[in-house]
Amino acid sequence: MTGEVLLSTVGLSRRFGGLRANDNISLELRRGQVHALLGPNGAGKSTLINLLSGDIPVSSGKVLYRGEDITALAPHERSRIGIGRSYQKTNIFPGFTVQENCRLAAQSREPRGTRIFSDAAAYRPYLVVVEEALDRTGLSDVAHRRASELSHGQQRQLELAIMLCTSPKVLLLDEPLAGMGHEESLRMIELLRGLVASHAILLVEHDMDAVFSIADVVTVMVNGVVLQTGTPQQIRASSEVQNAYLGSEGEVSHV
Amino acid sequence: MRSLTTSRGRLAAIAAGLLLLLMFPQFEQDFYTELVTRTMILAIFAISLDLLLGYTGLISFGHAAWFGIGGYVLALLGTQYQVTNSLWLTLPAAIAVTALASFVVGLFVLRTRGMFFIMVTLAFAQIFYYLFHDVKSLGGSSDGLNLRGKPSTAINGWTPFDLTETATLYYFVLALMVAVLVFMAALLRSPLGRALQGIRENEHRMAAIGFPVLRYKLAAFTLAGSIAGLAGYLYAVLGGGVNPELLSWHQSADVLLMVILGGMGQLLGGVVGAFSFVLLQELTSTFTKDWHLWLGIVIVLLVLFLPDGMISIAARVKALVRRSRA
Repeated sequence: MTGEVLLSTVGLSRRFGGLRANDNISLELRRGQVHALLGPNGAGKSTLINLLSGDIPVSSGKVLYRGEDITALAPHERSRIGIGRSYQKTNIFPGFTVQENCRLAAQSREPRGTRIFSDAAAYRPYLVVVEEALDRTGLSDVAHRRASELSHGQQRQLELAIMLCTSPKVLLLDEPLAGMGHEESLRMIELLRGLVASHAILLVEHDMDAVFSIADVVTVMVNGVVLQTGTPQQIRASSEVQNAYLGSEGEVSHV
Repeated sequence: MRSLTTSRGRLAAIAAGLLLLLMFPQFEQDFYTELVTRTMILAIFAISLDLLLGYTGLISFGHAAWFGIGGYVLALLGTQYQVTNSLWLTLPAAIAVTALASFVVGLFVLRTRGMFFIMVTLAFAQIFYYLFHDVKSLGGSSDGLNLRGKPSTAINGWTPFDLTETATLYYFVLALMVAVLVFMAALLRSPLGRALQGIRENEHRMAAIGFPVLRYKLAAFTLAGSIAGLAGYLYAVLGGGVNPELLSWHQSADVLLMVILGGMGQLLGGVVGAFSFVLLQELTSTFTKDWHLWLGIVIVLLVLFLPDGMISIAARVKALVRRSRA
Protein backbone atom coordinates (compact mmCIF):
# COMPACT_ATOMS: atom_id res chain seq x y z
CA MET A 1 0.00 0.00 0.00
CA THR A 2 3.03 2.24 0.00
CA GLY A 3 3.43 2.77 -3.75
CA GLU A 4 3.32 6.31 -5.06
CA VAL A 5 -0.12 7.57 -6.14
CA LEU A 6 0.19 8.05 -9.90
CA LEU A 7 -3.37 8.75 -10.98
CA SER A 8 -6.24 9.93 -8.84
CA THR A 9 -9.64 11.51 -9.18
CA VAL A 10 -11.49 13.96 -6.98
CA GLY A 11 -15.28 14.12 -7.18
CA LEU A 12 -15.26 13.04 -10.81
CA SER A 13 -18.69 13.19 -12.46
CA ARG A 14 -20.06 12.72 -15.93
CA ARG A 15 -23.66 13.22 -16.95
CA PHE A 16 -25.19 12.20 -20.25
CA GLY A 17 -28.34 14.30 -20.31
CA GLY A 18 -30.16 13.31 -17.15
CA LEU A 19 -28.14 10.13 -16.66
CA ARG A 20 -25.39 10.25 -14.05
CA ALA A 21 -22.98 7.82 -15.67
CA ASN A 22 -20.30 8.69 -13.11
CA ASP A 23 -21.21 10.49 -9.92
CA ASN A 24 -18.61 11.90 -7.55
CA ILE A 25 -15.95 9.23 -8.08
CA SER A 26 -12.79 9.53 -6.03
CA LEU A 27 -10.10 6.90 -6.31
CA GLU A 28 -6.33 6.49 -6.26
CA LEU A 29 -4.18 4.32 -8.48
CA ARG A 30 -0.81 3.47 -6.94
CA ARG A 31 2.33 2.13 -8.48
CA GLY A 32 2.67 -1.53 -7.59
CA GLN A 33 -1.06 -2.18 -7.34
CA VAL A 34 -3.66 -3.80 -9.52
CA HIS A 35 -6.81 -1.87 -8.82
CA ALA A 36 -9.81 -3.82 -10.10
CA LEU A 37 -13.05 -2.12 -11.01
CA LEU A 38 -16.15 -4.28 -10.73
CA GLY A 39 -19.78 -3.62 -11.39
CA PRO A 40 -22.69 -4.77 -13.49
CA ASN A 41 -23.13 -3.59 -17.08
CA GLY A 42 -24.00 0.08 -17.12
CA ALA A 43 -22.33 0.75 -13.77
CA GLY A 44 -20.09 3.35 -15.41
CA LYS A 45 -16.78 1.46 -15.57
CA SER A 46 -16.00 2.24 -19.19
CA THR A 47 -17.14 5.83 -18.71
CA LEU A 48 -14.65 6.16 -15.88
CA ILE A 49 -11.82 4.83 -18.05
CA ASN A 50 -12.84 7.26 -20.80
CA LEU A 51 -12.75 10.14 -18.32
CA LEU A 52 -9.30 9.08 -17.11
CA SER A 53 -7.89 8.74 -20.64
CA GLY A 54 -9.54 11.96 -21.82
CA ASP A 55 -11.65 10.28 -24.50
CA ILE A 56 -14.68 12.06 -23.08
CA PRO A 57 -14.67 15.34 -21.12
CA VAL A 58 -15.72 15.44 -17.47
CA SER A 59 -18.86 17.24 -16.27
CA SER A 60 -17.22 18.14 -12.98
CA GLY A 61 -14.39 17.04 -10.71
CA LYS A 62 -10.70 16.58 -11.39
CA VAL A 63 -8.23 14.04 -12.70
CA LEU A 64 -4.76 14.29 -11.16
CA TYR A 65 -1.52 12.74 -12.38
CA ARG A 66 1.14 12.71 -9.69
CA GLY A 67 -0.79 15.47 -8.00
CA GLU A 68 -1.02 17.67 -11.06
CA ASP A 69 -4.39 18.58 -12.50
CA ILE A 70 -4.66 17.03 -15.98
CA THR A 71 -8.42 17.37 -16.38
CA ALA A 72 -8.00 19.72 -19.35
CA LEU A 73 -5.47 17.59 -21.24
CA ALA A 74 -6.43 15.96 -24.56
CA PRO A 75 -6.10 12.17 -24.96
CA HIS A 76 -2.81 12.42 -26.88
CA GLU A 77 -1.32 14.66 -24.18
CA ARG A 78 -2.34 12.19 -21.45
CA SER A 79 -0.76 9.40 -23.45
CA ARG A 80 2.48 11.35 -23.70
CA ILE A 81 2.78 11.88 -19.93
CA GLY A 82 2.43 8.15 -19.31
CA ILE A 83 -1.21 7.13 -19.22
CA GLY A 84 -1.85 4.15 -21.47
CA ARG A 85 -5.19 2.53 -22.16
CA SER A 86 -6.58 -0.47 -23.92
CA TYR A 87 -10.05 -0.69 -25.37
CA GLN A 88 -12.94 -3.02 -24.67
CA LYS A 89 -13.70 -3.13 -28.38
CA THR A 90 -10.48 -3.95 -30.19
CA ASN A 91 -9.04 -0.72 -31.54
CA ILE A 92 -6.03 -1.51 -33.69
CA PHE A 93 -4.65 -0.65 -37.16
CA PRO A 94 -6.22 -3.54 -39.09
CA GLY A 95 -4.45 -2.94 -42.42
CA PHE A 96 -0.95 -2.82 -40.92
CA THR A 97 1.29 -5.68 -39.83
CA VAL A 98 1.41 -6.53 -36.14
CA GLN A 99 4.89 -5.07 -36.05
CA GLU A 100 3.82 -1.81 -37.68
CA ASN A 101 0.93 -1.50 -35.20
CA CYS A 102 3.46 -1.59 -32.38
CA ARG A 103 6.15 0.39 -34.18
CA LEU A 104 3.80 3.35 -34.59
CA ALA A 105 3.06 3.27 -30.88
CA ALA A 106 6.79 3.24 -30.10
CA GLN A 107 7.35 6.08 -32.57
CA SER A 108 4.82 8.21 -30.66
CA ARG A 109 7.35 8.56 -27.82
CA GLU A 110 9.74 10.42 -30.09
CA PRO A 111 10.22 14.15 -29.61
CA ARG A 112 8.38 15.86 -32.45
CA GLY A 113 10.04 17.13 -35.60
CA THR A 114 13.10 14.91 -35.48
CA ARG A 115 14.32 12.50 -38.11
CA ILE A 116 12.06 13.84 -40.82
CA PHE A 117 13.48 12.00 -43.81
CA SER A 118 14.67 8.68 -42.55
CA ASP A 119 13.30 5.17 -42.85
CA ALA A 120 11.08 4.81 -39.81
CA ALA A 121 10.84 1.03 -40.15
CA ALA A 122 14.62 0.59 -39.89
CA TYR A 123 15.11 2.69 -36.77
CA ARG A 124 16.55 0.38 -34.07
CA PRO A 125 15.29 2.08 -30.90
CA TYR A 126 11.65 1.60 -32.00
CA LEU A 127 12.26 -2.01 -32.92
CA VAL A 128 13.76 -2.88 -29.56
CA VAL A 129 10.63 -1.65 -27.79
CA VAL A 130 8.43 -3.47 -30.29
CA GLU A 131 10.29 -6.77 -29.95
CA GLU A 132 9.96 -6.69 -26.19
CA ALA A 133 6.23 -5.95 -26.31
CA LEU A 134 5.58 -8.68 -28.88
CA ASP A 135 7.59 -11.12 -26.82
CA ARG A 136 5.72 -10.25 -23.63
CA THR A 137 2.30 -10.57 -25.25
CA GLY A 138 3.23 -13.72 -27.16
CA LEU A 139 2.87 -12.26 -30.64
CA SER A 140 6.46 -12.63 -31.89
CA ASP A 141 5.51 -15.43 -34.27
CA VAL A 142 2.88 -13.35 -36.04
CA ALA A 143 4.85 -10.08 -36.13
CA HIS A 144 4.68 -9.86 -39.91
CA ARG A 145 1.03 -10.85 -40.34
CA ARG A 146 -1.60 -8.25 -41.06
CA ALA A 147 -3.46 -7.36 -37.88
CA SER A 148 -6.82 -8.00 -39.56
CA GLU A 149 -5.80 -11.64 -40.16
CA LEU A 150 -5.22 -12.39 -36.48
CA SER A 151 -7.63 -14.38 -34.34
CA HIS A 152 -9.82 -12.40 -31.98
CA GLY A 153 -7.70 -13.43 -29.00
CA GLN A 154 -4.52 -12.37 -30.76
CA GLN A 155 -6.06 -9.01 -31.62
CA ARG A 156 -6.80 -8.58 -27.91
CA GLN A 157 -3.14 -9.29 -27.19
CA LEU A 158 -2.12 -6.80 -29.86
CA GLU A 159 -4.40 -4.25 -28.21
CA LEU A 160 -2.20 -4.55 -25.10
CA ALA A 161 1.06 -4.73 -27.05
CA ILE A 162 0.28 -1.39 -28.73
CA MET A 163 -0.31 0.20 -25.36
CA LEU A 164 2.89 -1.28 -23.89
CA CYS A 165 4.93 0.23 -26.73
CA THR A 166 4.01 3.71 -25.52
CA SER A 167 5.90 2.90 -22.28
CA PRO A 168 3.07 4.00 -19.99
CA LYS A 169 3.29 4.31 -16.19
CA VAL A 170 -0.44 3.92 -15.66
CA LEU A 171 -2.35 1.15 -17.46
CA LEU A 172 -6.09 1.54 -17.90
CA LEU A 173 -7.32 -1.84 -19.08
CA ASP A 174 -10.89 -2.17 -20.27
CA GLU A 175 -11.75 -5.89 -20.21
CA PRO A 176 -8.38 -7.07 -21.56
CA LEU A 177 -9.34 -10.74 -21.19
CA ALA A 178 -12.68 -10.54 -23.01
CA GLY A 179 -12.70 -13.01 -25.88
CA MET A 180 -9.39 -14.61 -24.95
CA GLY A 181 -8.97 -18.34 -24.65
CA HIS A 182 -7.96 -19.93 -21.34
CA GLU A 183 -4.27 -20.19 -22.24
CA GLU A 184 -4.18 -16.62 -23.52
CA SER A 185 -5.90 -15.37 -20.35
CA LEU A 186 -3.37 -17.10 -18.13
CA ARG A 187 -0.54 -15.63 -20.14
CA MET A 188 -2.08 -12.16 -19.86
CA ILE A 189 -2.50 -12.47 -16.10
CA GLU A 190 1.13 -13.49 -15.81
CA LEU A 191 2.05 -10.48 -17.94
CA LEU A 192 0.11 -8.14 -15.64
CA ARG A 193 1.78 -9.72 -12.58
CA GLY A 194 5.13 -8.93 -14.17
CA LEU A 195 4.16 -5.36 -14.91
CA VAL A 196 2.57 -4.38 -11.64
CA ALA A 197 5.76 -3.65 -9.70
CA SER A 198 6.60 -0.71 -11.93
CA HIS A 199 3.10 0.37 -12.99
CA ALA A 200 -0.24 1.42 -11.61
CA ILE A 201 -2.94 -0.75 -13.17
CA LEU A 202 -6.68 -0.16 -13.35
CA LEU A 203 -8.40 -3.35 -14.43
CA VAL A 204 -12.00 -3.58 -15.58
CA GLU A 205 -12.75 -7.26 -15.99
CA HIS A 206 -15.69 -9.64 -15.80
CA ASP A 207 -13.60 -12.74 -15.21
CA MET A 208 -13.98 -12.93 -11.41
CA ASP A 209 -11.39 -15.65 -10.92
CA ALA A 210 -8.85 -13.51 -12.72
CA VAL A 211 -9.82 -10.39 -10.80
CA PHE A 212 -9.63 -11.98 -7.39
CA SER A 213 -6.37 -13.75 -8.22
CA ILE A 214 -4.54 -10.61 -9.19
CA ALA A 215 -6.20 -7.55 -7.63
CA ASP A 216 -4.67 -5.74 -4.67
CA VAL A 217 -7.58 -3.32 -4.34
CA VAL A 218 -11.13 -3.72 -5.58
CA THR A 219 -13.63 -0.95 -6.20
CA VAL A 220 -17.24 -1.90 -6.81
CA MET A 221 -19.40 0.51 -8.81
CA VAL A 222 -23.17 0.43 -9.16
CA ASN A 223 -25.25 2.96 -11.10
CA GLY A 224 -22.38 5.39 -11.53
CA VAL A 225 -21.34 5.58 -7.88
CA VAL A 226 -18.66 3.80 -5.88
CA LEU A 227 -20.33 1.29 -3.62
CA GLN A 228 -17.22 0.16 -1.81
CA THR A 229 -13.44 0.04 -2.10
CA GLY A 230 -11.33 -2.50 -0.25
CA THR A 231 -9.10 -5.54 -0.39
CA PRO A 232 -10.42 -8.57 -2.29
CA GLN A 233 -11.17 -10.25 1.06
CA GLN A 234 -13.16 -7.26 2.30
CA ILE A 235 -15.11 -7.10 -0.94
CA ARG A 236 -15.89 -10.81 -0.89
CA ALA A 237 -17.06 -10.54 2.69
CA SER A 238 -19.10 -7.37 2.28
CA SER A 239 -22.80 -7.98 2.60
CA GLU A 240 -23.49 -4.68 0.87
CA VAL A 241 -21.62 -5.80 -2.24
CA GLN A 242 -23.23 -9.21 -2.05
CA ASN A 243 -26.68 -7.70 -2.09
CA ALA A 244 -26.06 -5.07 -4.72
CA TYR A 245 -24.01 -6.94 -7.19
CA LEU A 246 -22.32 -10.23 -6.55
CA GLY A 247 -25.45 -12.14 -5.54
CA SER A 248 -24.87 -15.50 -3.90
CA GLU A 249 -21.36 -16.92 -3.73
CA GLY A 250 -22.39 -19.59 -6.22
CA GLU A 251 -23.11 -17.02 -8.90
CA VAL A 252 -19.82 -15.22 -8.49
CA SER A 253 -17.73 -17.85 -10.19
CA HIS A 254 -19.56 -17.70 -13.46
CA VAL A 255 -20.49 -14.05 -13.77
CA MET B 1 10.01 -15.55 -54.38
CA ARG B 2 6.80 -14.32 -55.91
CA SER B 3 7.20 -10.94 -54.26
CA LEU B 4 10.65 -10.74 -55.79
CA THR B 5 9.33 -11.36 -59.29
CA THR B 6 6.46 -8.92 -58.89
CA SER B 7 8.71 -6.19 -57.50
CA ARG B 8 11.10 -6.94 -60.36
CA GLY B 9 8.24 -6.75 -62.81
CA ARG B 10 7.17 -3.47 -61.31
CA LEU B 11 10.69 -2.05 -61.50
CA ALA B 12 10.90 -3.10 -65.14
CA ALA B 13 7.56 -1.40 -65.87
CA ILE B 14 8.71 1.79 -64.14
CA ALA B 15 12.01 1.77 -66.02
CA ALA B 16 10.24 1.21 -69.34
CA GLY B 17 7.74 4.00 -68.60
CA LEU B 18 10.51 6.41 -67.64
CA LEU B 19 12.51 5.53 -70.75
CA LEU B 20 9.46 6.12 -72.93
CA LEU B 21 8.86 9.47 -71.26
CA LEU B 22 12.52 10.42 -71.74
CA MET B 23 12.42 9.56 -75.45
CA PHE B 24 9.01 10.98 -76.24
CA PRO B 25 9.98 14.54 -77.31
CA GLN B 26 12.47 13.07 -79.80
CA PHE B 27 9.51 12.21 -82.03
CA GLU B 28 9.11 15.99 -82.46
CA GLN B 29 5.34 15.94 -82.41
CA ASP B 30 4.85 19.24 -80.56
CA PHE B 31 1.13 18.73 -80.08
CA TYR B 32 1.65 15.41 -78.34
CA THR B 33 4.71 16.59 -76.46
CA GLU B 34 2.58 19.36 -74.97
CA LEU B 35 -0.22 16.93 -74.26
CA VAL B 36 2.13 14.66 -72.29
CA THR B 37 3.59 17.72 -70.52
CA ARG B 38 0.07 18.68 -69.46
CA THR B 39 -0.60 15.12 -68.33
CA MET B 40 2.56 15.03 -66.22
CA ILE B 41 1.51 18.30 -64.57
CA LEU B 42 -1.88 16.77 -63.81
CA ALA B 43 -0.01 13.74 -62.43
CA ILE B 44 1.84 16.00 -59.94
CA PHE B 45 -1.54 17.49 -59.02
CA ALA B 46 -3.07 14.02 -58.54
CA ILE B 47 -0.09 12.81 -56.47
CA SER B 48 -0.56 15.79 -54.15
CA LEU B 49 -4.24 14.97 -53.66
CA ASP B 50 -3.41 11.32 -53.02
CA LEU B 51 -1.29 12.40 -50.07
CA LEU B 52 -4.57 13.52 -48.50
CA LEU B 53 -6.97 11.01 -50.01
CA GLY B 54 -4.98 7.80 -50.09
CA TYR B 55 -2.46 8.31 -47.31
CA THR B 56 -4.08 10.49 -44.68
CA GLY B 57 -7.72 9.58 -45.31
CA LEU B 58 -8.88 13.14 -45.96
CA ILE B 59 -11.40 13.53 -48.80
CA SER B 60 -10.75 17.07 -50.01
CA PHE B 61 -13.18 18.37 -52.59
CA GLY B 62 -11.44 21.71 -52.92
CA HIS B 63 -7.96 20.74 -54.00
CA ALA B 64 -8.16 22.87 -57.18
CA ALA B 65 -7.91 25.99 -55.00
CA TRP B 66 -4.18 25.35 -54.42
CA PHE B 67 -3.68 24.45 -58.08
CA GLY B 68 -5.21 27.76 -59.14
CA ILE B 69 -3.43 29.86 -56.55
CA GLY B 70 -0.07 28.47 -57.70
CA GLY B 71 -0.84 29.61 -61.23
CA TYR B 72 -2.17 32.99 -60.17
CA VAL B 73 0.97 33.77 -58.15
CA LEU B 74 2.96 33.54 -61.38
CA ALA B 75 0.41 35.59 -63.36
CA LEU B 76 0.24 38.33 -60.73
CA LEU B 77 3.99 38.58 -60.07
CA GLY B 78 5.08 38.14 -63.67
CA THR B 79 2.32 39.88 -65.62
CA GLN B 80 -0.20 41.97 -63.71
CA TYR B 81 2.26 43.65 -61.31
CA GLN B 82 5.42 42.83 -63.27
CA VAL B 83 7.44 42.36 -60.09
CA THR B 84 9.57 39.63 -61.58
CA ASN B 85 9.18 36.94 -64.22
CA SER B 86 12.16 34.95 -63.02
CA LEU B 87 11.52 31.25 -62.57
CA TRP B 88 13.86 31.23 -59.56
CA LEU B 89 11.69 33.75 -57.71
CA THR B 90 8.17 33.07 -58.95
CA LEU B 91 8.26 29.30 -58.47
CA PRO B 92 9.33 29.41 -54.80
CA ALA B 93 6.83 32.25 -54.29
CA ALA B 94 4.01 30.15 -55.76
CA ILE B 95 4.88 27.23 -53.47
CA ALA B 96 5.23 29.49 -50.42
CA VAL B 97 1.90 31.26 -51.01
CA THR B 98 -0.02 28.01 -51.54
CA ALA B 99 1.67 26.54 -48.46
CA LEU B 100 0.56 29.52 -46.40
CA ALA B 101 -2.96 29.54 -47.84
CA SER B 102 -3.46 25.81 -47.31
CA PHE B 103 -2.03 26.06 -43.80
CA VAL B 104 -4.50 28.79 -42.82
CA VAL B 105 -7.46 27.05 -44.44
CA GLY B 106 -6.35 23.76 -42.89
CA LEU B 107 -6.54 25.31 -39.43
CA PHE B 108 -10.29 25.66 -39.97
CA VAL B 109 -11.36 22.76 -42.17
CA LEU B 110 -9.39 20.04 -40.38
CA ARG B 111 -11.57 20.47 -37.32
CA THR B 112 -14.38 18.87 -39.28
CA ARG B 113 -14.73 15.26 -40.38
CA GLY B 114 -16.31 13.12 -43.06
CA MET B 115 -19.11 14.74 -45.04
CA PHE B 116 -18.52 18.10 -43.36
CA PHE B 117 -14.86 18.07 -44.37
CA ILE B 118 -15.84 17.45 -48.00
CA MET B 119 -18.30 20.35 -47.88
CA VAL B 120 -16.01 22.89 -46.17
CA THR B 121 -13.10 22.18 -48.47
CA LEU B 122 -15.46 22.73 -51.40
CA ALA B 123 -16.76 25.94 -49.82
CA PHE B 124 -13.26 27.35 -49.29
CA ALA B 125 -12.32 26.53 -52.87
CA GLN B 126 -15.43 28.38 -54.06
CA ILE B 127 -14.37 31.42 -52.01
CA PHE B 128 -11.00 31.45 -53.77
CA TYR B 129 -12.73 30.89 -57.10
CA TYR B 130 -14.81 34.03 -56.65
CA LEU B 131 -11.84 36.04 -55.38
CA PHE B 132 -10.01 35.39 -58.66
CA HIS B 133 -13.22 35.83 -60.60
CA ASP B 134 -14.26 39.20 -59.15
CA VAL B 135 -11.43 40.99 -57.33
CA LYS B 136 -9.67 43.27 -59.85
CA SER B 137 -6.43 43.48 -57.87
CA LEU B 138 -6.21 39.68 -58.08
CA GLY B 139 -6.65 39.71 -61.83
CA GLY B 140 -10.36 39.15 -61.33
CA SER B 141 -12.26 38.36 -64.51
CA SER B 142 -13.80 35.28 -66.04
CA ASP B 143 -11.20 35.41 -68.83
CA GLY B 144 -8.29 35.39 -66.41
CA LEU B 145 -4.87 36.68 -67.33
CA ASN B 146 -2.58 35.91 -70.24
CA LEU B 147 1.07 35.65 -69.28
CA ARG B 148 3.40 38.05 -71.01
CA GLY B 149 5.83 35.21 -71.54
CA LYS B 150 7.28 32.07 -70.03
CA PRO B 151 9.24 32.62 -66.81
CA SER B 152 12.83 33.54 -67.51
CA THR B 153 15.56 31.26 -66.23
CA ALA B 154 18.37 33.77 -66.56
CA ILE B 155 20.85 34.05 -63.69
CA ASN B 156 23.12 37.12 -64.13
CA GLY B 157 22.64 37.02 -67.86
CA TRP B 158 23.34 33.30 -68.12
CA THR B 159 20.38 31.22 -69.32
CA PRO B 160 20.74 27.56 -68.35
CA PHE B 161 17.63 26.45 -70.27
CA ASP B 162 14.76 28.01 -72.18
CA LEU B 163 11.20 27.18 -71.19
CA THR B 164 9.78 28.56 -74.43
CA GLU B 165 11.07 25.45 -76.17
CA THR B 166 8.45 22.72 -76.07
CA ALA B 167 10.93 19.93 -75.38
CA THR B 168 12.75 21.88 -72.66
CA LEU B 169 9.52 22.59 -70.80
CA TYR B 170 8.64 18.92 -71.19
CA TYR B 171 11.89 17.78 -69.57
CA PHE B 172 11.59 20.43 -66.87
CA VAL B 173 8.13 19.10 -65.94
CA LEU B 174 9.30 15.48 -66.17
CA ALA B 175 12.19 16.23 -63.81
CA LEU B 176 9.82 17.86 -61.33
CA MET B 177 7.37 14.96 -61.53
CA VAL B 178 10.17 12.51 -60.78
CA ALA B 179 11.37 14.76 -57.94
CA VAL B 180 7.87 14.84 -56.46
CA LEU B 181 7.66 11.04 -56.68
CA VAL B 182 11.05 10.62 -54.98
CA PHE B 183 9.98 13.12 -52.31
CA MET B 184 6.74 11.19 -51.74
CA ALA B 185 8.55 7.85 -51.54
CA ALA B 186 10.89 9.26 -48.88
CA LEU B 187 8.05 10.94 -47.01
CA LEU B 188 5.90 7.81 -46.90
CA ARG B 189 8.51 5.71 -45.17
CA SER B 190 9.56 8.48 -42.79
CA PRO B 191 8.08 8.75 -39.28
CA LEU B 192 5.79 11.56 -40.48
CA GLY B 193 4.54 9.52 -43.44
CA ARG B 194 3.97 6.48 -41.26
CA ALA B 195 1.98 8.56 -38.81
CA LEU B 196 -0.20 9.97 -41.61
CA GLN B 197 -0.99 6.44 -42.78
CA GLY B 198 -1.79 5.53 -39.19
CA ILE B 199 -4.29 8.39 -39.11
CA ARG B 200 -5.92 7.05 -42.27
CA GLU B 201 -6.10 3.60 -40.72
CA ASN B 202 -7.37 4.54 -37.26
CA GLU B 203 -7.39 8.19 -36.25
CA HIS B 204 -8.86 7.55 -32.82
CA ARG B 205 -6.16 5.10 -31.81
CA MET B 206 -3.45 7.43 -33.11
CA ALA B 207 -4.61 10.06 -30.64
CA ALA B 208 -4.83 7.46 -27.88
CA ILE B 209 -1.19 6.46 -28.36
CA GLY B 210 -0.05 10.06 -28.17
CA PHE B 211 -0.06 11.55 -31.66
CA PRO B 212 -1.31 15.14 -31.98
CA VAL B 213 -3.53 14.14 -34.90
CA LEU B 214 -4.62 17.65 -35.87
CA ARG B 215 -1.03 18.84 -36.25
CA TYR B 216 -0.14 15.87 -38.41
CA LYS B 217 -3.16 16.42 -40.62
CA LEU B 218 -2.24 20.08 -40.93
CA ALA B 219 1.26 19.11 -42.06
CA ALA B 220 -0.23 16.81 -44.71
CA PHE B 221 -2.75 19.42 -45.83
CA THR B 222 -0.05 22.09 -46.18
CA LEU B 223 2.35 19.77 -48.02
CA ALA B 224 -0.37 18.60 -50.39
CA GLY B 225 -1.42 22.21 -50.99
CA SER B 226 2.14 23.26 -51.79
CA ILE B 227 2.67 20.44 -54.28
CA ALA B 228 -0.68 21.25 -55.92
CA GLY B 229 0.54 24.87 -56.09
CA LEU B 230 3.66 23.68 -57.92
CA ALA B 231 1.44 21.80 -60.40
CA GLY B 232 -0.76 24.87 -60.92
CA TYR B 233 2.29 27.03 -61.52
CA LEU B 234 3.52 24.64 -64.21
CA TYR B 235 0.04 24.47 -65.72
CA ALA B 236 0.02 28.26 -66.08
CA VAL B 237 3.48 28.20 -67.67
CA LEU B 238 2.41 25.55 -70.15
CA GLY B 239 -0.94 27.14 -71.01
CA GLY B 240 0.47 30.68 -71.09
CA GLY B 241 -2.27 31.99 -68.82
CA VAL B 242 -4.60 31.49 -65.89
CA ASN B 243 -8.33 31.75 -65.38
CA PRO B 244 -10.69 31.13 -62.50
CA GLU B 245 -11.69 27.75 -63.96
CA LEU B 246 -8.38 26.40 -62.64
CA LEU B 247 -9.96 26.68 -59.18
CA SER B 248 -13.41 25.48 -60.14
CA TRP B 249 -15.05 22.51 -58.51
CA HIS B 250 -14.92 20.69 -61.84
CA GLN B 251 -11.17 20.80 -61.57
CA SER B 252 -11.35 19.44 -58.00
CA ALA B 253 -13.63 16.65 -59.22
CA ASP B 254 -11.37 15.79 -62.16
CA VAL B 255 -8.33 15.36 -59.95
CA LEU B 256 -10.35 13.21 -57.53
CA LEU B 257 -11.32 11.02 -60.49
CA MET B 258 -7.69 10.76 -61.57
CA VAL B 259 -6.64 9.52 -58.15
CA ILE B 260 -9.52 7.04 -57.97
CA LEU B 261 -8.86 5.86 -61.54
CA GLY B 262 -5.17 5.35 -60.92
CA GLY B 263 -5.45 3.81 -57.49
CA MET B 264 -5.64 5.54 -54.12
CA GLY B 265 -2.75 5.19 -51.73
CA GLN B 266 -0.40 3.97 -54.46
CA LEU B 267 2.74 5.96 -55.09
CA LEU B 268 2.33 5.76 -58.88
CA GLY B 269 -1.47 5.86 -58.74
CA GLY B 270 -1.54 9.58 -59.48
CA VAL B 271 0.64 9.16 -62.57
CA VAL B 272 -1.34 6.19 -63.90
CA GLY B 273 -4.57 8.04 -63.09
CA ALA B 274 -3.60 11.25 -64.88
CA PHE B 275 -2.46 9.37 -67.99
CA SER B 276 -5.58 7.18 -68.03
CA PHE B 277 -7.82 10.21 -67.55
CA VAL B 278 -6.25 12.24 -70.35
CA LEU B 279 -6.13 9.21 -72.64
CA LEU B 280 -9.82 8.47 -72.00
CA GLN B 281 -10.66 12.11 -72.57
CA GLU B 282 -8.73 12.22 -75.85
CA LEU B 283 -10.06 8.89 -77.10
CA THR B 284 -13.71 9.58 -76.35
CA SER B 285 -13.58 13.14 -77.65
CA THR B 286 -12.31 12.01 -81.06
CA PHE B 287 -15.44 10.07 -81.95
CA THR B 288 -18.20 11.87 -80.06
CA LYS B 289 -18.91 15.35 -78.85
CA ASP B 290 -20.77 13.88 -75.87
CA TRP B 291 -17.43 12.72 -74.58
CA HIS B 292 -18.25 13.64 -70.99
CA LEU B 293 -21.04 11.05 -71.02
CA TRP B 294 -18.74 8.30 -72.31
CA LEU B 295 -15.97 9.31 -69.97
CA GLY B 296 -18.44 9.01 -67.10
CA ILE B 297 -19.59 5.57 -68.17
CA VAL B 298 -16.04 4.30 -68.57
CA ILE B 299 -15.12 5.64 -65.14
CA VAL B 300 -18.14 4.00 -63.49
CA LEU B 301 -17.24 0.66 -65.11
CA LEU B 302 -13.59 0.94 -64.12
CA VAL B 303 -14.41 1.80 -60.54
CA LEU B 304 -16.89 -1.11 -60.38
CA PHE B 305 -14.55 -3.71 -61.85
CA LEU B 306 -11.17 -2.32 -60.81
CA PRO B 307 -11.83 -0.84 -57.37
CA ASP B 308 -8.08 -0.61 -56.68
CA GLY B 309 -7.54 1.49 -59.80
CA MET B 310 -5.76 1.03 -63.11
CA ILE B 311 -2.51 0.35 -61.31
CA SER B 312 -3.96 -3.00 -60.16
CA ILE B 313 -4.51 -4.20 -63.73
CA ALA B 314 -1.25 -6.16 -63.84
CA ALA B 315 -2.07 -8.01 -60.63
CA ARG B 316 -5.64 -8.69 -61.84
CA VAL B 317 -4.48 -10.12 -65.15
CA LYS B 318 -1.90 -12.27 -63.42
CA ALA B 319 -4.54 -13.63 -61.05
CA LEU B 320 -6.83 -14.44 -64.00
CA VAL B 321 -4.07 -16.25 -65.85
CA ARG B 322 -3.19 -18.25 -62.75
CA ARG B 323 -6.85 -19.20 -62.23
CA SER B 324 -7.34 -20.33 -65.83
CA ARG B 325 -4.23 -22.52 -65.58
CA ALA B 326 -5.38 -24.14 -62.38
